[in-house]
Amino acid sequence: MPLTPEEIQGLTKKAWEIRKTIIETTFTCGGSHIGGSLSQTDVLVALYYKYLNIDPARPDWEDRDRFVLSKGHGGIGWASVLGEKGFFDKTLLKDFNKTGSPFGMHLDSLKVTGCDASTGSLGHGLAIGVGLAVGARLRNKDYRTYVMMGDGELCEGTVWEAAILAGHRGLDNLTAIIDRNGLMIDGPTEQITTLEPIDEKFRAFGWEALTIDGHDFAAIGGAVEQAQSVKGKPCVIICKTVKGKGVDLMEGQAQWHYGGLNSDLRDQALASIDTYYREVLG
Amino acid sequence: MAEGMTWSVTDGDKLTQAEVYGEVLSQLGERYPDLVAITADLASSTKIGRFGKKYPDRFINVGIAENTMFGMAAGLAQAGLRPVVSTFAAFTALRSAEQVRTDICYQNLNVKIISTHAGISFGQAGSTHHCTEDLAVMRSFANMTVIVPSDGLETGNAVAAAMEWPGPVYIRVGRGFEPPVNKTQDYGYAIGKAITMREGQDVTIIACGVGVLQAIRAAEVLDRQGLSARVINMHTIKPIDREAIIQAVTDTRRIITVEEHNVMGGLGSAVAEVIVESGKACAFRKLGVPDCYSIVGYPEDLYHHYKFDSDGIVETVGDLMRMEIEEDDDWEDET
Repeated sequence: MPLTPEEIQGLTKKAWEIRKTIIETTFTCGGSHIGGSLSQTDVLVALYYKYLNIDPARPDWEDRDRFVLSKGHGGIGWASVLGEKGFFDKTLLKDFNKTGSPFGMHLDSLKVTGCDASTGSLGHGLAIGVGLAVGARLRNKDYRTYVMMGDGELCEGTVWEAAILAGHRGLDNLTAIIDRNGLMIDGPTEQITTLEPIDEKFRAFGWEALTIDGHDFAAIGGAVEQAQSVKGKPCVIICKTVKGKGVDLMEGQAQWHYGGLNSDLRDQALASIDTYYREVLG
Repeated sequence: MAEGMTWSVTDGDKLTQAEVYGEVLSQLGERYPDLVAITADLASSTKIGRFGKKYPDRFINVGIAENTMFGMAAGLAQAGLRPVVSTFAAFTALRSAEQVRTDICYQNLNVKIISTHAGISFGQAGSTHHCTEDLAVMRSFANMTVIVPSDGLETGNAVAAAMEWPGPVYIRVGRGFEPPVNKTQDYGYAIGKAITMREGQDVTIIACGVGVLQAIRAAEVLDRQGLSARVINMHTIKPIDREAIIQAVTDTRRIITVEEHNVMGGLGSAVAEVIVESGKACAFRKLGVPDCYSIVGYPEDLYHHYKFDSDGIVETVGDLMRMEIEEDDDWEDET
């Protein structure tokens, strides 16, 4: 069922909060992978607030849907969502990156409640997701597994190993999501190494492939629901996004892959986010 | 099957380590309904395929994709299953080191890895298929338990024990047949507890894997020369049995380690760490592959070439006995 206008408005407001949390936390922690955290936010909000079958009060619930952030550097954005969702006290984020904190840039599944897999080294998450999806079948569980990867991450050969296997086994309980913001650390993906056509590559490996605007909740919702209904094969949702989305001075800028904020930049970023959302929400 | 035993093999002393492993694993399938076996196109070579024949629904061959196999094993463990993974040691420890470390050990997952063709047991294949680095690599991964069984029956014991041992376990076995050192499986095997194969007071030979048989043979030769050699089967490299090592230092003050591995980073290094930290003087030598890529050849020829067969051990014991160390009966002042 398509998202209602009220649902879209609710998700939009939640994404507004999350983006501000990312900025505030980046300011206090000294530096973060801010660009990719902002580009992935809308998809994460849609999943955590609408589509994932989860219960923050029961983080180890066996039947919960699994989410693996294979682009583990988006950890600050993921932690912002997990905290907001209530997996832990979100005020703990003030200790992000600090010595002894449970929160480092790349989340640790043994320390962060709600984090289903420790990630950070690119190219690992899809294979873990294949294991979770095959495990669901072996245990007769109905849960679904979602794996979000960065687009630059697609350079890693292990992604394609796992994609072959998922296609071969027809894992229709597995959904991959690509945060296609077009930038890796050193510049535009297509300048560094050609990734396109990503959809055709996955289709050739036995996947269903959808391409959407990764900042459009209606489109995200439609794609996730379509992925859930595909039978006999896994589905990849290629989400076209903007690195740094919502902060005008960061949008589309590769240098904001990672960065710190002083109080002036923080204030500018927060103001830019507020302006953006006031416009979106009318 | 005797009471209390979880497995039983006929003619276990005539089988390779991998053959015993495959048989034992397929027997353990009944006791552990959550056991899932995974390989990367080496079902027959590693013998994990025997489990697959018995339990095809719980057997996964991922194709030639070791990194995906270990990542998938992590996911299966997180899904509440008990994955057992097999490939050649070189692929586990070198190609997939990061998946084993980051996906499995970092998350302290219940994944059991049985790697075959370790050391120079596939001697004719050349160094791409040798693995004289795995103990060094695996030992350095926090949460990992590292086991090197001495023969087929001990492999069965180690595999069965690993199922009850929490967290990730790495068991390394060879490729071909090696004469056994144990006559039965019922000798009280326990992870982390070294086994004294032979008592002795003049020198201690601490060995693992194929080194144990060579050490026993060497001790028999030394006995005829009037030297009393203790032989310790240090089948668990991590956590290492510190007590057994310190007792050997105290009793014999001369120790040799024997392993089918680079002399850097494996059993010898692990033993040396304990000796040095003990603060007690001890003459010490490590035997193994001397920090080189092995020449090609049949394993037994290579053991001889690199002097960690019985002849080499006897020769090194001679050197060690001639080495002067501080004689001091009062250990208390050295602690």
